[in-house]
Amino acid sequence: MVDRLLGRREDGTHREPAARRESADADATLAPRDAVWARVQLARNVKRPHTLELVGLMTDEFIELHGDRLFGDDPAIVGGFARLGERRVVVIGQQKGAETEENIRRNFGMPHPEGYRKAMRLMELAERFRLPVVTFVDVPGAHPGPESEERGIAEAIARSIGLMTRLRTPIVAVITGEGGSGGALAIAVGDVVIALENAVYSVISPEGCASILWRTPDQAATAAVAMRMTAGDQLALGVVDLVVDEPHDGAQADPAEAARRLRSAIVGQLGTLERQPIDSLVEARYRRYRQLGAYTVVSQPAPPAPERPGLGERLRVFLGSGRGALGQLPGRTDEPPAREDV
Amino acid sequence: MPIKLPSFRQRRDAYPPDLWTKCQSCEEMLFNRQLDKVRRVCPSCGHHFRLPVAARLELLLDPGTFEEHDVGLESLDPLGFVDQKPYPERLAAAQAATGLRDAAVWGFGRLHGRVVAICVMDFGFMGGSMGSVVGEKVARAAEGALEARVPLIIVSASGGARMQEGTLALMQLAKTIAAIERLRAEGVPFISILTDPTTGGVFASFAALGDVNIAEPNALIGFAGARVTAGTIAAELPPGFQRSEFLFEHGFLDRVVHRAELRGEVAALLGYLVPATFEEPSAEPIAIPAFRPLSFLSALADRVMPEVEPEAPAPNGPPVANGPAADGAATRPDTVGGDGSGRRSARRDGPGERSGLTDRDGAPDGASSTDGAEPMNAAPAAQVQDAEPARVAASPEEGARHG
Repeated sequence: MVDRLLGRREDGTHREPAARRESADADATLAPRDAVWARVQLARNVKRPHTLELVGLMTDEFIELHGDRLFGDDPAIVGGFARLGERRVVVIGQQKGAETEENIRRNFGMPHPEGYRKAMRLMELAERFRLPVVTFVDVPGAHPGPESEERGIAEAIARSIGLMTRLRTPIVAVITGEGGSGGALAIAVGDVVIALENAVYSVISPEGCASILWRTPDQAATAAVAMRMTAGDQLALGVVDLVVDEPHDGAQADPAEAARRLRSAIVGQLGTLERQPIDSLVEARYRRYRQLGAYTVVSQPAPPAPERPGLGERLRVFLGSGRGALGQLPGRTDEPPAREDV
Repeated sequence: MPIKLPSFRQRRDAYPPDLWTKCQSCEEMLFNRQLDKVRRVCPSCGHHFRLPVAARLELLLDPGTFEEHDVGLESLDPLGFVDQKPYPERLAAAQAATGLRDAAVWGFGRLHGRVVAICVMDFGFMGGSMGSVVGEKVARAAEGALEARVPLIIVSASGGARMQEGTLALMQLAKTIAAIERLRAEGVPFISILTDPTTGGVFASFAALGDVNIAEPNALIGFAGARVTAGTIAAELPPGFQRSEFLFEHGFLDRVVHRAELRGEVAALLGYLVPATFEEPSAEPIAIPAFRPLSFLSALADRVMPEVEPEAPAPNGPPVANGPAADGAATRPDTVGGDGSGRRSARRDGPGERSGLTDRDGAPDGASSTDGAEPMNAAPAAQVQDAEPARVAASPEEGARHG
């Protein structure tokens, strides 16, 4: 299966330019598990340009706006007005810190509910003033602490996703680093979703996945392979529409060049989106998400319901209950086994 | 068969599991048949056991009115996912254990006679996790409710998104929310019922977005699991954290409702949450004893219609209205044409019919909002009624008993 994944990943690379292929060749010398894990590490690299650095490098002007008007200002999400040449946009993104002190201040880029509510406020602003929205997604996951739950992190994420599905202005979402689960998707619903080459996108962190399905976080690298979380894989799944190559060994090596490439991709996409009537744009966005999923329709009858044991069987079980005590009977209880996900 | 006589202690641990269930909360041994009778709520401590889909539908809907849609949806394995077992094997095992194809079921049914679209999740199927099929069913339930303009009820019981489907499972959050947002825009009500447990990606999507959010007592409801919190920020979780009552206290639930009262509460709420194109007639109860002659009902409908008409100009309203009202519930399917216009006119007729039935119940406020409202939804009930005409026809009486 590992071979198959490697095959797939290399299949995925053939549509990308030479620079990408070189790094894929470099990967090929590693075991596929290590190659994927190396990408996860790159996506998390603290030297990697984060939202404010990228915005600073690619825009001609940036005015940051603060606060959700409800509770406070979350430093883990930044946003404001920006200019790309003649084009004015609203940018929103998660912000990790470049060193420990800033990281603590910014909660390691893990937003609280007020962060997402600030993001929603800015999106509504964009809608009213007909500015396109560009989001930069780089988040391990939404902040999982008690105060986050108290203030309704799940509700904030759900509302933010909801707003983006119906926002009447073009949205380009860029996965720049870690796309961690609901905390990422909350600002990653777009008409076009772009990913940087070394970005990753997953439904749960590989550590979380490993600790649930493999019962140990040590299998994180295996889980990362199984979840197919690299940008190339996400492109193949249709979750991401476009992968932008990073310079050299990754964006951290030449942030200015990474920002330049990203800017041209964003501007190109905005140009296409802005030409579409807004109604058809919103409808196409609905369709984009509506069709994502892998299912089939089978016609044979549903699997038979597990039969309730008859009287004879019940008596046998009752009389033989001693055997159950010795562990020979399956211990069926009312509650199903441990949950699959958190 | 040889019978080994076990020691007394061993036997205590080994009650036949299909006869007895041990309450996790108070450790009482409960006789299963008794437990089923009380909707699987522990009679000594009130612990709400998880309900499988069939029991949940039976709890909420009028008997025999549920008609499942999209039975055949089955998940693929888009990632070729293998952990300790391949994903298809896990799916097959879950299917064999539950008799379901995936962790959700949706369809139309009646609640106190009112047609609703309902989607129920089953925690027994891979932790109720949301993959492509669950997401698709929730989205189709929402779209079905929108098309038929009937209220949507979703009963959540899920650990979150299904990891085995990777980001495609994550995308179901966007898919389901997008469909729910359309309901909101069109004024079609959505009641979200959160049961134990509703966590992760399901709570962070449609489950949190009900026009009214209801939870069962002491259900685990939260975004991040305790292990994630402990692992990520090393924080201790306070006792009672992420339980229904905690969510209620912090303003994310409207009501925490005991299972025995759930059906009545939902019905009462639906009396207020009428889809935007349905005109709510005057709430004035008219004191008429039950089971008036039919002729009187139609006369009454005539009397009531003019009051309603100003807010609801129904071009082909009153004359058609009298037919179904006079003939009673059983004939309603006939008046419900297949095409959209037929539906609309039948719907517009609602007020007349409704008043008649409300009067017949002779009950004020609460009951009229539930039972009385029933005929208004007659139109979209076509599918249900086709399947079970007799049962559906009987449903007003059923509703009356509950009222």
